[in-house]
Amino acid sequence: MKIYASYADSVLYIRLDGEMDEHNAAAARREADKLADGYAHSSRVIFDLKNVTFMDSTGIGFLIGRYKKFLRLGVPSYITNPTPSTDKILLMSGVYTLMPKV
Amino acid sequence: MNNYMKLELAAIGENESFARSAVAAFALFLNPSLTELSDIKTAVSEAVTNCIVHAYRQGKEGDKIVIECRACLCPDALHGTLHIEITDYGCGIDDLERAIAPFYTTLGDEERSGMGFTIMQTFMDDFSVESERGRGTKVKMVKKIGIEAADEVEKRANA
Repeated sequence: MKIYASYADSVLYIRLDGEMDEHNAAAARREADKLADGYAHSSRVIFDLKNVTFMDSTGIGFLIGRYKKFLRLGVPSYITNPTPSTDKILLMSGVYTLMPKV
Repeated sequence: MNNYMKLELAAIGENESFARSAVAAFALFLNPSLTELSDIKTAVSEAVTNCIVHAYRQGKEGDKIVIECRACLCPDALHGTLHIEITDYGCGIDDLERAIAPFYTTLGDEERSGMGFTIMQTFMDDFSVESERGRGTKVKMVKKIGIEAADEVEKRANA
């Protein structure tokens, strides 16, 4: 799993690329938290999931963990472009109630 | 027509991706839709992750996971059933009812969602789990394949 960041008009975009499972979540977590600390002045963060080719419940833990991290910094989180299979998991686990889909 | 495979693999994180891909490749025999295939991969990933993270918490050489799959393809080649059994020989689960409940996790400080069993239940057509303390855990899942495709054919026939 690779993580790409871009920043425009005080919005931080974090794009996840590849497969998100228990084995590769730790590195993604570290990367994303580094970004959170570096961009704590953002008005919001948007997680772009269009290139996530696989996600299991690890992804739920990952996203909620990042939501909490950014919330502590005063930055609200959003999700965009989930694939149908990712969308299914995020819907059933209620992640969108914390991180709305935009 | 029936098909069978048995896979024994080391309980290490590197094998999570391999395990779900192997079962998905086996399931191709049943001509699944992309959605069905993705459901199978996710459910297998949850079960295998449980073995690695929970059953073999301490993680030592020789920890193994056994995956058995049986596929039955109906004569019409439109319907099929995939039976998956995923077994570990780890610590076992004391309170199954609680373990299966949504959002319950024993490892809350590790950002675990507690949704593994719920996802297996939701994504598969049948699900059961047997466990014995100190002996291990066996998850059994069934996925019916081709329901969407068969509905489509029926719809066209009636049109």
